[in-house]
Amino acid sequence: MDFSYSEEQQLFSDSLRRLFSDAFPSDARRKLAEAGETLSPTLWAHYAELGLFGLPFAEADGGFGGSMSDILISCMEFGRALAVDPFAASAVVAGHVLAATEPSELRDMVLAGVIGGETRVAAAFLEPQSRYNLADVATCAEPDGDGSRLSGSKAVVPGGDHADQFIVSARVSGEQRDRDGLGLFLVSADASGVDVRGYPLADGRGAAEVELDNTLATGLQLAGRDVLALVEAASDRGAVAICGEAIGALEVINDLTQEYLRTREQFGRPIGTFQALQHRAVDMVLEYEHAKSLCFAASVACDGGDATARARMVSAAKTYIGTRGRKIATEAVQLHGGIGVTAEYDLGDAVKRVMVADMLYGDADHHLERFGAIAADPAAGGLAVWSA
Amino acid sequence: MDLSYSDLEEAFRAEVRTFLEAKLPPDLADKVKKMKRLTKDDYLRWHKIAHAQGWATPHWPEEHGGTGWTPVQHHIYDEEACRAGAPRIIPFGVRLVGPVIINFGSDWQKERFLAPMQSGEEVWCQGFSEPGSGSDLASLKTRAVRDGDSYIVNGQKTWTTLGHFAGWIFCLVRTDNEVKQQEGISMLLIDMDTPGVELRPIMTLDGEHHVNEIFLEDVRVPVEHLVGEENKGWDYAKFLLVNERVGIASVGQSKADLELLKEIARIEQKNGRALIEDPLFQAKLADLEIELLALEYTNMRVLSGGSGGGVGALSSFLKIKGSELQQRLMELTMEAAGPYAAPWIPDARNSNWNEAPVGPEYAGVGTSGFLDRRKTTIYGGSNEIQKNIIAKRVLNL
Repeated sequence: MDFSYSEEQQLFSDSLRRLFSDAFPSDARRKLAEAGETLSPTLWAHYAELGLFGLPFAEADGGFGGSMSDILISCMEFGRALAVDPFAASAVVAGHVLAATEPSELRDMVLAGVIGGETRVAAAFLEPQSRYNLADVATCAEPDGDGSRLSGSKAVVPGGDHADQFIVSARVSGEQRDRDGLGLFLVSADASGVDVRGYPLADGRGAAEVELDNTLATGLQLAGRDVLALVEAASDRGAVAICGEAIGALEVINDLTQEYLRTREQFGRPIGTFQALQHRAVDMVLEYEHAKSLCFAASVACDGGDATARARMVSAAKTYIGTRGRKIATEAVQLHGGIGVTAEYDLGDAVKRVMVADMLYGDADHHLERFGAIAADPAAGGLAVWSA
Repeated sequence: MDLSYSDLEEAFRAEVRTFLEAKLPPDLADKVKKMKRLTKDDYLRWHKIAHAQGWATPHWPEEHGGTGWTPVQHHIYDEEACRAGAPRIIPFGVRLVGPVIINFGSDWQKERFLAPMQSGEEVWCQGFSEPGSGSDLASLKTRAVRDGDSYIVNGQKTWTTLGHFAGWIFCLVRTDNEVKQQEGISMLLIDMDTPGVELRPIMTLDGEHHVNEIFLEDVRVPVEHLVGEENKGWDYAKFLLVNERVGIASVGQSKADLELLKEIARIEQKNGRALIEDPLFQAKLADLEIELLALEYTNMRVLSGGSGGGVGALSSFLKIKGSELQQRLMELTMEAAGPYAAPWIPDARNSNWNEAPVGPEYAGVGTSGFLDRRKTTIYGGSNEIQKNIIAKRVLNL
């Protein structure tokens, strides 16, 4: 039992923190946002230099064989700096699917591009009608020669606005919400019949709506793996990554709030001396610490072999971040008073980051429902005290 | 980062399980799991079994009969003991005043008190709170005046848990009125059989007798029963309160409670299916289990992090979350029984009660538990006091 960072984790975390404090101060972030940009080419080049994109991949694929807790810790730095670049969307989520496919020239080429930072891939799993149900896929795939033709709509694709390639879930057979009958396909962003409508999210990150109209795509060979299970595993990694970002943002939120309580004076004394505010500030830290514990546990569960244990811990963490994270964020605005609602103050950017974290890779209700189904599983019930 | 138990820890868990399976009497475990009334004999029966194994005072230093377990091992033991339905060991001696005597007591006191405390021969209770001194404990008024080789004690203590099972009470008393409140307090060890000690039961909302008030009238206490130095009692009390909050997260007990709640929710029916399958109830249950996971892993962070600074503050976090969860668990257990949570039949809590229950056998458990657990956010320093401490010491507000 050891929650401490390894030497490598500490080094990586430190170098990312240094990078962000040198190359991405608040005003750089504001400039980027004002220009409507959802990616910083300067930072992107630095990530590649640091080897960040190789973190999620096995050494055999040219990566560094990092664990999900390595990724979580990196994402916490993204959140602390409020950096918007789609590292997790590309290397962690789409990368997980790519890495799981059978070796081929195309796979190895795209993977090498992702690890080198030259190629960005986005995972297009959700659809306008699906909410967070990854099995609800109406996009269909028809065989055509060596490839397939895809038609359908993909919704709120994280990192989709800057993607060179998309990994698209599409229906090969069965009904719209069947768990079986799905396939995964690689679609080039500049293929004919692809319409990518990019936009910023409320927190400054980028996403896209992707329309596919009889688009030529390459089917990913998954060696008999359950497609939906792979999609869920990839999405869960996205959930952990975004939880990490939220943890970083929550740290900013708590630091700013405590500093404000210590310095803002009303009625002739710092407002942090008022007990009504003190207790709320304590609750914010208390929930932050408990959220962080769950995020660590979820990241470790992602690296284990048990899909149910992974789903359970990821859903616990995502539910907690979604509900308690939002509570911390809104309390921070309230404790700040008027300054908390002004756009020029950093707090709001961190608040938005936590707010959006609940909306991607399954919201709190989605994950509460999934957790509940696992918790209620009769197979898990071992006691016979009253029923004996 | 490695959140799994080591092979050694797993082996220890197996050892604890083997012990519990072999030595915990099934009738006693059944009483505990069904939350029946426990008698003094029930508590002591288990205390003596644990003592025979050398596990009655695991937290004590090894030279005094402690086990030398790591914090994680203590946690494992607690988890397994709760899961198996072992009664808790009455904590006021072994967990609270025992370590105080070991650290600050005289050689005579160690010789006289530790062995019978460890074996369960002598049961202790705690005399801190007074009618006028709850959260503001340092304002206590019970007075001890030196008279030759004795102190004469006058005053009143209250909320004395299991005082009716105890032969000894450790009391905070005022020995100096002229100095700052905290600097005029001493700790005395008092024989409950001394003339002038009178105990009166206080019945609580659940209809049970857990706590008492204790009246002290001209009670003569030998000076050898003063712990450490006169007027240093507040320091010993602070030492004791930090120990009191260790383990107050009650992770093991709450995990056991959750399993019992789930079992009830599988038996109960709603709209022709198990209550646990009902979306509304399942969502409440899921939220509760997630909170418990959050507490469990936060507790692990504290346990595995060694004994570095700020233990008091971290234990305050765990106390707040843990006590709220203990309440919530009983609240949901009460809700799970539906209308049968309403019938009030306190006699059904006696293990020898043999009338037919009204509704399912577990029907009243959540109701009395809901009422009983109100105390968890109040005792051990109320949650509001914990927040005051964190605001000041951790957040520097």
